[in-house]
Amino acid sequence: MSGASSSASPWPLWEVFIRGQAGISHRHVGSLHAADAETALCNARDVYTRRGEGVSIWVVPSAAILATDPDDHDQLFDAAQSKIYRHPSFFEVPEEIGHM
Amino acid sequence: MVLADPALVGVLGLRMGDNALILGQRLSEWCGHAPVLEEDIATANIALDLIGQASNWLKLAGEVEGGGRSADDLAFLRDAREFTNVLLVEQPDPDFAHTLMRQYLFDSWHAEMLDRLVDSTEARIAEVAAKSAKEAAYHRRRSADLIVRLGDGSEESHARMQAALDALYPFAGELDQPDDCDKALAAAAIAPDLGELAGEVASARTIVFGRAGLSVPTDVPVRSGGKSGLHSEALGYLLAEMQILQRSHPGAKW
Repeated sequence: MSGASSSASPWPLWEVFIRGQAGISHRHVGSLHAADAETALCNARDVYTRRGEGVSIWVVPSAAILATDPDDHDQLFDAAQSKIYRHPSFFEVPEEIGHM
Repeated sequence: MVLADPALVGVLGLRMGDNALILGQRLSEWCGHAPVLEEDIATANIALDLIGQASNWLKLAGEVEGGGRSADDLAFLRDAREFTNVLLVEQPDPDFAHTLMRQYLFDSWHAEMLDRLVDSTEARIAEVAAKSAKEAAYHRRRSADLIVRLGDGSEESHARMQAALDALYPFAGELDQPDDCDKALAAAAIAPDLGELAGEVASARTIVFGRAGLSVPTDVPVRSGGKSGLHSEALGYLLAEMQILQRSHPGAKW
Protein backbone atom coordinates (compact mmCIF):
# COMPACT_ATOMS: atom_id res chain seq x y z
CA MET A 1 0.00 0.00 0.00
CA SER A 2 2.62 2.52 0.99
CA GLY A 3 4.50 3.98 -1.92
CA ALA A 4 1.83 2.79 -4.33
CA SER A 5 1.61 6.26 -5.82
CA SER A 6 3.34 9.59 -5.41
CA SER A 7 0.40 10.86 -3.35
CA ALA A 8 0.46 7.91 -0.94
CA SER A 9 1.07 8.98 2.64
CA PRO A 10 4.44 8.05 4.13
CA TRP A 11 2.66 7.72 7.48
CA PRO A 12 1.26 4.52 8.96
CA LEU A 13 -2.42 3.66 8.71
CA TRP A 14 -4.68 3.75 11.77
CA GLU A 15 -8.12 2.26 12.33
CA VAL A 16 -10.58 4.57 14.03
CA PHE A 17 -13.24 3.48 16.52
CA ILE A 18 -15.84 5.87 17.90
CA ARG A 19 -18.22 5.55 20.83
CA GLY A 20 -21.41 7.24 19.69
CA GLN A 21 -22.82 7.76 23.15
CA ALA A 22 -22.14 6.74 26.72
CA GLY A 23 -22.87 3.07 27.32
CA ILE A 24 -22.56 2.01 23.68
CA SER A 25 -19.41 0.21 22.55
CA HIS A 26 -16.86 1.78 20.20
CA ARG A 27 -17.58 1.04 16.54
CA HIS A 28 -15.18 0.96 13.65
CA VAL A 29 -15.80 4.00 11.44
CA GLY A 30 -12.84 4.04 9.07
CA SER A 31 -9.14 4.61 8.84
CA LEU A 32 -6.63 7.39 8.30
CA HIS A 33 -2.93 8.15 8.06
CA ALA A 34 -0.96 9.82 10.83
CA ALA A 35 2.65 10.07 11.99
CA ASP A 36 1.89 8.78 15.49
CA ALA A 37 -0.94 7.82 17.81
CA GLU A 38 -1.56 11.32 19.16
CA THR A 39 -1.82 12.82 15.70
CA ALA A 40 -4.05 9.93 14.67
CA LEU A 41 -6.45 10.81 17.52
CA CYS A 42 -6.36 14.46 16.52
CA ASN A 43 -7.00 13.66 12.85
CA ALA A 44 -9.76 11.23 13.80
CA ARG A 45 -11.47 14.02 15.71
CA ASP A 46 -11.30 16.25 12.66
CA VAL A 47 -12.22 13.65 10.08
CA TYR A 48 -14.90 11.65 11.87
CA THR A 49 -16.53 13.65 14.67
CA ARG A 50 -17.30 17.00 13.15
CA ARG A 51 -21.04 16.48 13.34
CA GLY A 52 -21.16 15.39 16.95
CA GLU A 53 -20.80 11.69 16.14
CA GLY A 54 -18.87 10.70 19.22
CA VAL A 55 -17.98 11.00 22.86
CA SER A 56 -14.80 8.89 22.74
CA ILE A 57 -12.28 7.86 20.10
CA TRP A 58 -9.90 4.91 19.89
CA VAL A 59 -7.16 4.62 17.29
CA VAL A 60 -5.32 1.38 16.63
CA PRO A 61 -2.41 0.81 14.27
CA SER A 62 -3.87 -1.07 11.31
CA ALA A 63 -0.74 -3.24 11.31
CA ALA A 64 -1.67 -4.46 14.81
CA ILE A 65 -4.89 -6.02 13.55
CA LEU A 66 -4.79 -9.68 12.56
CA ALA A 67 -7.66 -10.50 10.24
CA THR A 68 -9.18 -13.76 9.06
CA ASP A 69 -8.33 -14.91 5.58
CA PRO A 70 -11.33 -14.63 3.22
CA ASP A 71 -10.33 -18.06 1.80
CA ASP A 72 -11.06 -19.58 5.22
CA HIS A 73 -14.61 -18.26 5.17
CA ASP A 74 -16.29 -21.62 4.60
CA GLN A 75 -14.63 -23.52 7.38
CA LEU A 76 -14.79 -20.68 9.88
CA PHE A 77 -18.29 -19.35 9.36
CA ASP A 78 -20.47 -21.55 7.17
CA ALA A 79 -20.86 -24.29 9.74
CA ALA A 80 -22.73 -21.89 12.04
CA GLN A 81 -25.29 -21.00 9.37
CA SER A 82 -27.46 -24.05 10.01
CA LYS A 83 -27.48 -23.78 13.80
CA ILE A 84 -30.14 -21.19 14.41
CA TYR A 85 -30.80 -22.69 17.83
CA ARG A 86 -27.61 -20.98 18.98
CA HIS A 87 -29.32 -17.61 18.67
CA PRO A 88 -30.94 -16.43 21.90
CA SER A 89 -34.03 -15.58 19.90
CA PHE A 90 -36.27 -18.14 21.59
CA PHE A 91 -36.66 -16.00 24.69
CA GLU A 92 -39.12 -13.17 25.07
CA VAL A 93 -37.39 -9.99 26.22
CA PRO A 94 -39.66 -7.92 28.52
CA GLU A 95 -40.22 -4.48 27.03
CA GLU A 96 -38.89 -2.62 30.07
CA ILE A 97 -35.44 -4.17 29.52
CA GLY A 98 -35.01 -2.00 26.44
CA HIS A 99 -31.79 -2.10 24.44
CA MET A 100 -29.58 -5.12 25.19
CA MET B 1 -12.47 60.51 18.70
CA VAL B 2 -13.87 58.40 21.50
CA LEU B 3 -16.96 56.48 20.53
CA ALA B 4 -19.85 55.80 22.84
CA ASP B 5 -20.07 52.28 24.24
CA PRO B 6 -22.67 50.96 21.77
CA ALA B 7 -20.58 52.01 18.78
CA LEU B 8 -17.51 50.45 20.40
CA VAL B 9 -19.34 47.14 20.62
CA GLY B 10 -19.86 47.39 16.88
CA VAL B 11 -16.17 48.09 16.27
CA LEU B 12 -15.15 45.07 18.34
CA GLY B 13 -17.70 42.85 16.62
CA LEU B 14 -16.45 43.98 13.22
CA ARG B 15 -12.79 43.42 14.09
CA MET B 16 -13.35 39.99 15.59
CA GLY B 17 -15.60 39.09 12.66
CA ASP B 18 -13.21 40.36 9.99
CA ASN B 19 -10.25 38.50 11.52
CA ALA B 20 -12.22 35.25 11.56
CA LEU B 21 -13.72 35.78 8.10
CA ILE B 22 -10.49 36.63 6.30
CA LEU B 23 -8.48 33.87 7.96
CA GLY B 24 -11.31 31.42 7.25
CA GLN B 25 -11.32 32.42 3.58
CA ARG B 26 -7.51 32.15 3.38
CA LEU B 27 -7.54 28.71 4.95
CA SER B 28 -10.33 27.53 2.68
CA GLU B 29 -8.00 28.05 -0.29
CA TRP B 30 -6.28 24.83 0.79
CA CYS B 31 -9.46 22.81 0.38
CA GLY B 32 -8.54 20.00 -2.01
CA HIS B 33 -4.87 21.09 -2.13
CA ALA B 34 -3.42 20.44 1.35
CA PRO B 35 -0.34 18.20 1.60
CA VAL B 36 -2.28 15.16 2.90
CA LEU B 37 -5.95 14.24 3.02
CA GLU B 38 -6.22 14.39 6.82
CA GLU B 39 -4.67 17.85 6.92
CA ASP B 40 -6.95 18.96 4.10
CA ILE B 41 -10.05 17.98 6.06
CA ALA B 42 -8.77 19.48 9.32
CA THR B 43 -7.86 22.74 7.58
CA ALA B 44 -11.26 22.98 5.93
CA ASN B 45 -12.91 22.27 9.30
CA ILE B 46 -11.03 25.11 10.93
CA ALA B 47 -11.89 27.41 8.03
CA LEU B 48 -15.56 26.58 8.50
CA ASP B 49 -15.34 27.11 12.27
CA LEU B 50 -13.88 30.56 11.64
CA ILE B 51 -16.46 31.50 9.02
CA GLY B 52 -19.20 30.40 11.43
CA GLN B 53 -17.70 32.61 14.12
CA ALA B 54 -17.40 35.48 11.66
CA SER B 55 -21.08 35.16 10.88
CA ASN B 56 -21.98 35.62 14.58
CA TRP B 57 -19.66 38.60 15.03
CA LEU B 58 -20.75 40.35 11.85
CA LYS B 59 -24.40 39.81 12.69
CA LEU B 60 -23.75 41.57 15.99
CA ALA B 61 -21.84 44.38 14.25
CA GLY B 62 -24.73 44.87 11.82
CA GLU B 63 -27.29 44.98 14.62
CA VAL B 64 -25.29 47.53 16.58
CA GLU B 65 -24.87 49.65 13.48
CA GLY B 66 -28.65 49.71 13.12
CA GLY B 67 -28.56 50.28 9.38
CA GLY B 68 -30.11 46.96 8.47
CA ARG B 69 -26.89 45.39 7.16
CA SER B 70 -26.75 41.63 7.62
CA ALA B 71 -23.60 39.55 8.24
CA ASP B 72 -23.64 38.66 4.52
CA ASP B 73 -23.88 42.33 3.51
CA LEU B 74 -20.86 43.11 5.66
CA ALA B 75 -18.89 40.15 4.33
CA PHE B 76 -19.65 40.47 0.65
CA LEU B 77 -20.41 44.12 -0.01
CA ARG B 78 -17.58 46.01 1.66
CA ASP B 79 -14.34 47.04 -0.05
CA ALA B 80 -10.85 46.35 1.32
CA ARG B 81 -10.62 49.80 2.87
CA GLU B 82 -13.60 48.99 5.11
CA PHE B 83 -12.21 45.69 6.44
CA THR B 84 -10.72 45.88 9.93
CA ASN B 85 -8.85 42.56 10.17
CA VAL B 86 -5.19 42.57 11.17
CA LEU B 87 -2.68 42.21 8.33
CA LEU B 88 -1.54 38.83 9.70
CA VAL B 89 -4.68 36.95 8.67
CA GLU B 90 -4.67 38.16 5.05
CA GLN B 91 -1.07 37.11 4.38
CA PRO B 92 -0.78 34.62 1.51
CA ASP B 93 0.59 31.07 1.65
CA PRO B 94 3.91 30.59 -0.14
CA ASP B 95 4.04 27.18 1.56
CA PHE B 96 2.21 25.18 4.21
CA ALA B 97 4.69 26.30 6.89
CA HIS B 98 3.38 29.85 6.47
CA THR B 99 -0.19 28.57 6.79
CA LEU B 100 0.57 26.79 10.04
CA MET B 101 2.65 29.63 11.48
CA ARG B 102 0.03 32.26 10.61
CA GLN B 103 -2.54 29.99 12.22
CA TYR B 104 -0.59 29.51 15.43
CA LEU B 105 0.28 33.20 15.78
CA PHE B 106 -3.42 33.99 15.41
CA ASP B 107 -4.81 31.06 17.46
CA SER B 108 -2.48 31.75 20.39
CA TRP B 109 -3.92 35.28 20.60
CA HIS B 110 -7.48 34.44 19.54
CA ALA B 111 -8.13 31.70 22.10
CA GLU B 112 -6.82 33.90 24.91
CA MET B 113 -8.83 36.91 23.67
CA LEU B 114 -12.07 34.90 23.50
CA ASP B 115 -11.49 33.52 26.99
CA ARG B 116 -11.40 37.10 28.25
CA LEU B 117 -14.33 38.27 26.12
CA VAL B 118 -16.48 35.58 27.73
CA ASP B 119 -16.32 37.80 30.85
CA SER B 120 -17.13 41.00 28.96
CA THR B 121 -19.46 43.45 30.71
CA GLU B 122 -21.32 43.63 27.41
CA ALA B 123 -23.64 40.60 27.32
CA ARG B 124 -23.84 40.36 23.52
CA ILE B 125 -20.06 40.22 23.23
CA ALA B 126 -19.83 37.61 26.00
CA GLU B 127 -22.46 35.50 24.29
CA VAL B 128 -20.75 35.40 20.89
CA ALA B 129 -17.34 34.81 22.53
CA ALA B 130 -18.72 31.86 24.49
CA LYS B 131 -19.85 30.22 21.23
CA SER B 132 -16.35 30.53 19.75
CA ALA B 133 -14.05 29.92 22.73
CA LYS B 134 -14.03 26.11 22.71
CA GLU B 135 -13.34 25.95 18.98
CA ALA B 136 -10.51 28.45 19.29
CA ALA B 137 -8.97 26.50 22.17
CA TYR B 138 -8.95 23.41 19.96
CA HIS B 139 -7.45 25.36 17.04
CA ARG B 140 -4.66 26.58 19.30
CA ARG B 141 -3.95 23.13 20.66
CA ARG B 142 -3.77 21.73 17.15
CA SER B 143 -1.62 24.46 15.63
CA ALA B 144 0.75 24.52 18.63
CA ASP B 145 1.23 20.78 18.25
CA LEU B 146 2.11 21.14 14.57
CA ILE B 147 4.50 24.02 15.23
CA VAL B 148 6.43 21.82 17.69
CA ARG B 149 6.40 18.75 15.46
CA LEU B 150 7.58 20.56 12.35
CA GLY B 151 9.88 23.02 14.09
CA ASP B 152 11.51 20.08 15.83
CA GLY B 153 11.16 17.81 12.79
CA SER B 154 13.49 17.34 9.84
CA GLU B 155 16.11 19.83 8.73
CA GLU B 156 13.85 21.00 5.94
CA SER B 157 10.71 21.33 8.08
CA HIS B 158 12.69 23.25 10.69
CA ALA B 159 14.08 25.64 8.07
CA ARG B 160 10.64 26.23 6.58
CA MET B 161 9.04 26.87 9.96
CA GLN B 162 11.80 29.27 10.95
CA ALA B 163 11.45 31.14 7.64
CA ALA B 164 7.68 31.36 8.18
CA LEU B 165 8.16 32.66 11.72
CA ASP B 166 10.67 35.26 10.54
CA ALA B 167 8.31 36.39 7.78
CA LEU B 168 5.10 36.50 9.84
CA TYR B 169 6.25 37.57 13.28
CA PRO B 170 6.27 41.30 12.37
CA PHE B 171 2.55 41.01 11.60
CA ALA B 172 1.67 39.42 14.97
CA GLY B 173 2.39 42.62 16.86
CA GLU B 174 -0.68 44.34 15.45
CA LEU B 175 -2.89 42.10 17.58
CA ASP B 176 -1.19 43.49 20.69
CA GLN B 177 -1.19 47.19 19.77
CA PRO B 178 -4.20 48.98 21.22
CA ASP B 179 -5.62 51.93 19.29
CA ASP B 180 -8.09 54.44 20.79
CA CYS B 181 -11.03 52.06 20.32
CA ASP B 182 -9.19 49.20 22.02
CA LYS B 183 -8.29 51.47 24.93
CA ALA B 184 -11.89 52.67 25.30
CA LEU B 185 -13.14 49.06 25.10
CA ALA B 186 -10.72 48.05 27.86
CA ALA B 187 -11.67 51.07 30.00
CA ALA B 188 -15.34 50.05 29.74
CA ALA B 189 -14.37 46.43 30.57
CA ILE B 190 -16.02 45.34 27.33
CA ALA B 191 -12.71 43.87 26.15
CA PRO B 192 -9.42 43.05 27.88
CA ASP B 193 -6.41 45.34 27.98
CA LEU B 194 -4.53 44.25 24.84
CA GLY B 195 -1.11 44.99 26.34
CA GLU B 196 -1.81 42.77 29.32
CA LEU B 197 -3.22 40.06 27.06
CA ALA B 198 -0.06 40.29 24.94
CA GLY B 199 2.08 39.35 27.94
CA GLU B 200 0.11 36.14 28.52
CA VAL B 201 0.16 35.26 24.84
CA ALA B 202 3.90 35.89 24.59
CA SER B 203 4.63 33.55 27.54
CA ALA B 204 2.62 30.75 25.96
CA ARG B 205 4.31 31.29 22.58
CA THR B 206 7.76 31.25 24.19
CA ILE B 207 7.10 27.76 25.52
CA VAL B 208 5.83 26.46 22.17
CA PHE B 209 8.61 28.04 20.11
CA GLY B 210 11.16 26.78 22.65
CA ARG B 211 9.89 23.21 22.31
CA ALA B 212 9.90 23.64 18.54
CA GLY B 213 13.51 24.83 18.57
CA LEU B 214 12.53 28.03 16.74
CA SER B 215 14.10 31.42 17.43
CA VAL B 216 11.66 34.26 17.92
CA PRO B 217 12.84 37.33 16.02
CA THR B 218 13.75 40.23 18.26
CA ASP B 219 13.59 43.97 17.62
CA VAL B 220 11.37 43.59 14.58
CA PRO B 221 9.16 46.49 13.53
CA VAL B 222 5.43 45.85 13.87
CA ARG B 223 3.56 45.77 10.56
CA SER B 224 0.14 47.22 11.23
CA GLY B 225 -2.68 49.14 9.57
CA GLY B 226 -5.38 46.53 9.14
CA LYS B 227 -7.49 47.68 12.07
CA SER B 228 -7.89 51.07 10.40
CA GLY B 229 -8.47 49.62 6.95
CA LEU B 230 -4.96 50.03 5.52
CA HIS B 231 -4.34 46.61 4.05
CA SER B 232 -1.70 44.80 2.05
CA GLU B 233 -2.24 44.07 -1.62
CA ALA B 234 -3.10 40.47 -0.74
CA LEU B 235 -6.50 41.39 0.70
CA GLY B 236 -7.78 42.79 -2.60
CA TYR B 237 -7.25 39.50 -4.42
CA LEU B 238 -8.80 37.54 -1.56
CA LEU B 239 -11.90 39.75 -1.53
CA ALA B 240 -12.21 39.63 -5.31
CA GLU B 241 -12.51 35.84 -5.14
CA MET B 242 -14.70 35.80 -2.02
CA GLN B 243 -17.12 38.47 -3.21
CA ILE B 244 -17.38 37.85 -6.94
CA LEU B 245 -20.70 36.05 -6.77
CA GLN B 246 -22.51 38.73 -4.76
CA ARG B 247 -20.87 41.45 -6.83
CA SER B 248 -21.83 39.89 -10.16
CA HIS B 249 -25.30 38.73 -9.12
CA PRO B 250 -26.40 41.13 -6.37
CA GLY B 251 -28.81 39.54 -3.94
CA ALA B 252 -28.27 36.02 -5.31
CA LYS B 253 -29.34 33.31 -2.86
CA TRP B 254 -28.84 29.58 -2.89
